[in-house]
Amino acid sequence: MDISLEHVTYIYQENSPFSHKALDNMSMHIPSGSFVAIIGHTGSGKSTLIQHINGLVRPTKGKVSIGDYQLTHDTKPDNMKELRSKVGVVFQYPEHQLFEETIAKDIAFGPENFGVTQEEIDRRVEKTIQDVGLDQSYLEKSPFDLSGGQMRRVAIAGVLAVDPEVLVLDEPTAGLDPRGQSEIMDMFAKLHVEKELTTILVTHSMEDALAYADHVFILNKGSLFMEGPPLEVFAEKEALQQVDLDVPEVMQFLNAFEQKFNQKIPYTKQSMKEIAQAMAQIVKGGQSHG
Amino acid sequence: MGNGLIIGQYVPGNSIPHQLDPRTKITIIFIFVVTVFFANNVWSYGILALFAIVSMLLTRIRIGYIMKGLLPIWFLIAFTFILHLFITKEGAVLVDILGLKIHVGGVIQGFAISLRFFLLILVTSLLTLTTTPIEITDAIEYMFHPLKKIKFPVHELALMMSISLRFIPTLMQETDKISKAQASRGVDFRTGPIKERVKAVVPLLIPLFVSAFKRAEELAMAMEARGYNGDIGRTKLRELKITSLDVIAYILLAIAIAGLFVTRTYG
Repeated sequence: MDISLEHVTYIYQENSPFSHKALDNMSMHIPSGSFVAIIGHTGSGKSTLIQHINGLVRPTKGKVSIGDYQLTHDTKPDNMKELRSKVGVVFQYPEHQLFEETIAKDIAFGPENFGVTQEEIDRRVEKTIQDVGLDQSYLEKSPFDLSGGQMRRVAIAGVLAVDPEVLVLDEPTAGLDPRGQSEIMDMFAKLHVEKELTTILVTHSMEDALAYADHVFILNKGSLFMEGPPLEVFAEKEALQQVDLDVPEVMQFLNAFEQKFNQKIPYTKQSMKEIAQAMAQIVKGGQSHG
Repeated sequence: MGNGLIIGQYVPGNSIPHQLDPRTKITIIFIFVVTVFFANNVWSYGILALFAIVSMLLTRIRIGYIMKGLLPIWFLIAFTFILHLFITKEGAVLVDILGLKIHVGGVIQGFAISLRFFLLILVTSLLTLTTTPIEITDAIEYMFHPLKKIKFPVHELALMMSISLRFIPTLMQETDKISKAQASRGVDFRTGPIKERVKAVVPLLIPLFVSAFKRAEELAMAMEARGYNGDIGRTKLRELKITSLDVIAYILLAIAIAGLFVTRTYG
């Protein structure tokens, strides 16, 4: 489903002393099937933005379209539930939303609410627990007996079981160990291709944005600051520094290398090994001449 | 959750009521609340209303915001008014609808009680609007200090109060977050039959309790790790101080009360 925002402004607690503008005249377009990353500092409006995508909040001004569903200040789609079944949201620390006695029941909770048949629910529960990398033997355990990382996976399975077309991920790897982080991100990348999802990743990690996204949006203070393919956006070092964001480590390293050896290795998502080889060649080549 | 109820809400500011010592505010409000019940005619109510309105204006908080925040209270006030309208059977009959008689006394009584009620709520909400919860607990701890002599755990109670107050916004945020997460999973909190809506609360309450217990445990552990042991030899970061402003406030209150008793007797 195509998602687009047209001049969206969102004000929290309008007409009160606490009134606060979270989004300011923001427009963006996310084509169906793309994997986009939304990057910005705390308070840049990322979380508010994603709440618009499944109708949890409605814009104060402007219009949000998700496929055929449209949201404005005064109108919402007739079937909000249908919209929510098509847009799955993995919130920050999703493990906090677990509540059922068994993992199977918790995963089944979403599809049950959306009126999926029992047979189909059983099938999805078995499928999604594997998708998130847990064994089926977990299904009858209590989610509260698991480790933090496992709870996160169960919560993600609960969102996937709804079988959404759009998957919104709000810092899905926050607070996980490095291995867990890459496992979860790889899982989302795989699901994105397998299920032909439109994936929206909200993140602080430039590395993740570079590795997984095909389009990057940089937000600053509620407005869209920059957008484009990750390689182009991350090449704009000065612009990123204006909003206190860093260039991904790989690119920083390549820039430092270029300064020192006066030779540019363009970054095209090569593996570490390929970069190392390219560098070795330059360094050794230099030595043989000197 | 942004539903506009302002009871217990603090609005930061630097107005005169904000600057008053919290003990002064609590004392004044306590006296005011008692005094409200002594008012018995238009003049005495007028003086009390004037006192409340001047205090409200002094806070420099938008009146519309305060009134909107008291909206749920208005229903209660309207209810009280209507109740008195029909129950009090004094004075001449004003209207007679199908045997339901409204007496003059009922109208007057209705107005008086509603006004009384309104003044009480208004003045007490001014306290929370202009005083941080921490200031309030500090003041309460100070005012209950004498009870320590009879081994009453004043400090512990004040601590419990400030911890609970401290965690209200946190719990609200958590509630907001979890209800949004569950709404995304298809829970409908707003529509549907009552039975369904009550059931919808379970996926909200369980995670809330789980995290509240977790937080409590973490807080207890953090306090223990830092060697917290009650109020033995503790000093305060913010000392409470009575200033000339507080004295002026007391004088104004005294004048208002004197005025009230004069009008009550001779009015």
